[in-house]
Amino acid sequence: MGAGLPVTPLLVAATALAGGVGAGARFWVDGAVGDALAARRSRRTGRRAGAGAAAGAPSPYPWGTAVINVSGSLLLGLVTALALGAVVSPTWRAVLGTGLLGGYTTFSTASVDTVRLLAAGRRGAGAASALGLLVAGVAAAGLGLWLGSLLAPA
Amino acid sequence: MGRRPVTPPAPPVSPSTPPRDPSTPQPSPSTPLRRRLPLVLLVVAGGAVGTALRVLVTLAVPPTGSFDTAIFAINVVGAFVLGLLLERLLRGGPDEGRRRVLRLGLGTGVLGGFTTYSSLATETATLGAAGDVLTASVYGLASVLLGVLAAAAGIAVGARWARGSR
Repeated sequence: MGAGLPVTPLLVAATALAGGVGAGARFWVDGAVGDALAARRSRRTGRRAGAGAAAGAPSPYPWGTAVINVSGSLLLGLVTALALGAVVSPTWRAVLGTGLLGGYTTFSTASVDTVRLLAAGRRGAGAASALGLLVAGVAAAGLGLWLGSLLAPA
Repeated sequence: MGRRPVTPPAPPVSPSTPPRDPSTPQPSPSTPLRRRLPLVLLVVAGGAVGTALRVLVTLAVPPTGSFDTAIFAINVVGAFVLGLLLERLLRGGPDEGRRRVLRLGLGTGVLGGFTTYSSLATETATLGAAGDVLTASVYGLASVLLGVLAAAAGIAVGARWARGSR
């Protein structure tokens, strides 16, 4: 919650509800990205060696979490800059930023994904899921902040 | 012998439609989880609870130091608890019934909504843009490294718990 914004039970409830919607959107996007990648993999293996070639293949890289966290970081950077430029009110910043985008993005899943990749011996993928995602997320947030500052100079 | 039904049971779909149309919204075992409304509502409800907890923690923890201590602590604690939960469920059996409800409601919903990546990324980018690259790097890297260690510790505890409950 932004400093100076009076925190009312109604604001907390609205922020929590928006966070629930964000979590639902994350569930949907994660499943959609996973299904799209699985379909692409099965088309490839189908061309190469027929059905069942994917059996025993390593678990796929968690692209869903990456897409969610990078897109959510870009949008939060944008909302933050628009709030600094007084285009977005403090109330909407709390509901959209802390609520919707806070609930949409997730840190815990990214951490567990990394441990699972490292435990499977996939060091490069594990490093990408930890450090690569951090760099991509911060870059996306910076891009959002910059775009927002162009739209609404503080 | 004489007890056979005279007419065979009606086929579930008319012969003109293909037997399995992937665009049909009927929930079947092959329907993706994200298209099952009760599961989506479970994640939404859990996400609302997790977000409310995150807001209450950020209100209770006074801002100390030069970065967001509350979000830092929330993320590390959430990574530990998610690792514990998922490992315990994974070792308990297949992802169905009560285990699936707990995974989606508590894991994807509550802990996914409790922790946040966008706030970490935006705070780090803001610190970096303000020229405080050292604090930005410490905040970003410490969050990610401690998050991974916490998740690994949670997974270890979850595995022990699962072994102990057999």
